[in-house]
Amino acid sequence: MRKVANPQLNDKGELTHLLTLEGLPGEVIGRILDTAVPFVSIAERDVKKVPLLRGKTVFNLFFENSTRTRTTFEIAAKRLSADVINLNIGVSSTSKGETLLDTIDNLVAMNADMFVVRHGESGAPHLIARHLSAAGRPGIHVINAGDGRHQHPTQGLLDLFTIRHYKRDFGGLTVAIVGDLLHSRVARSLIHGLTTLGTPEVRAIGPQTLLPAAVESLGVHVYHDMAQGLRGADVIVMLRLQSERMKGALLPSPGEYFKHYGLTQDKLALAKPDAIVMHPGPMNRGVEIDSAVADGKHSVILPQVTFGIAVRMAVMSMLAGT
Amino acid sequence: MTTTDRRDGLPEAEGALAELAARMRGAVAVDAGLVGIYSGGAWLAERLAKILPGEHPVGYIDVSFYRDDYSKKGLRANVATTTLPFEVGGSRIVLVDDVLYTGRSVRAAINELFDYGRPDSIELAVLVDRGGRELPIEPTYVGARVSVARNLSIVLNRHLDGRLELTVEAERGAQGG
Repeated sequence: MRKVANPQLNDKGELTHLLTLEGLPGEVIGRILDTAVPFVSIAERDVKKVPLLRGKTVFNLFFENSTRTRTTFEIAAKRLSADVINLNIGVSSTSKGETLLDTIDNLVAMNADMFVVRHGESGAPHLIARHLSAAGRPGIHVINAGDGRHQHPTQGLLDLFTIRHYKRDFGGLTVAIVGDLLHSRVARSLIHGLTTLGTPEVRAIGPQTLLPAAVESLGVHVYHDMAQGLRGADVIVMLRLQSERMKGALLPSPGEYFKHYGLTQDKLALAKPDAIVMHPGPMNRGVEIDSAVADGKHSVILPQVTFGIAVRMAVMSMLAGT
Repeated sequence: MTTTDRRDGLPEAEGALAELAARMRGAVAVDAGLVGIYSGGAWLAERLAKILPGEHPVGYIDVSFYRDDYSKKGLRANVATTTLPFEVGGSRIVLVDDVLYTGRSVRAAINELFDYGRPDSIELAVLVDRGGRELPIEPTYVGARVSVARNLSIVLNRHLDGRLELTVEAERGAQGG
């Protein structure tokens, strides 16, 4: 059988772009998580910088707004000593009619070394990676920072890193993902990562209207009753209710949603006593999560942010080294 | 005094360690931090901390983020976490490594140390010096001097009982400091 080319890997099997966790071999995911470990402590030093990407130029191309993701990528690149340029393209070239690939070609002409791409259309980072490959620019790397409803691989990786940090190992874990899976590229990336790393039980909890039709085909067990779904969970991942993405009436009201799918202390008590609570942020307190839980002792929401920088540093330094 | 009667021309690691410790005894500050370069240097720093008089905090340094061959070879797998359990600013430090060759690992380690603070002094202790320097770096303390062909790597191994042993291997590429 001929090997299907994975556009993320070069001919030596090394990661050269990070576009999706789907189809990424478990050993590559494991290597990213391992590599992120020594990057965590760099934030605690006098000089919070290492020279790996010195002299490299990283472009943050955000066709969609996301202050937090852009900031963490910017910090990650700067702690690797790269020069970082932030472009909010939504409000510049494309509004003057320039195509995506023309924008890329212009930035390549400015000697870009890496693109971090957030785009409303699924597949936009793939398109850029293919374009660079066709143009014979193997030294320029692309990281998907969220594309449409498709993937957000570095968020998935930081979630995996956080779970591994607190739970050591994925074998034997029950992970419950709660809420708006339909609009969540975070959930999609995380599910791919969890199954690749051998998590025996992944659960999707939410109302029918917010679960993708084929979610069970990803190897996930579906629960519409939150109490049932949380029973015995080691890890609870709360998703943000993405009201700005909602078209049509998928929900009665935020108050009604909180009653059924908001995480409260009472519901949390159904999970394992040492369960951890995660959230990709930004949180809607009182909608998907109660403040007492968000700020409680099971919450690892802020460590997720810290680990996210280390994971992005690991990805950038692995890509730039190929 | 080290034995060099093995066929590969390498000294016994334990003998070289005893020689290194003898040279450091009385010369190294009693409170100096011993910082081992992963992985061989880390084992040696732990052993030296037990042998030498005084209280020596032991640190570990992985120079992967500071290597000058990153753009050629990329980041290797299994980078370890640099751990310096003492204030680097104002401290006296002895860097410890197993094999001194080109001097590039030591250059990287010195750069990394300065990102933690400004030490009062840095010395260098190595189990074996094989020559072949590409940078103006010389060790303060040496356990043994050896000569092996350029295409061979000298590797320090640690047995389950903690005993150290030197072997030669065909060039692995990733290392060589």
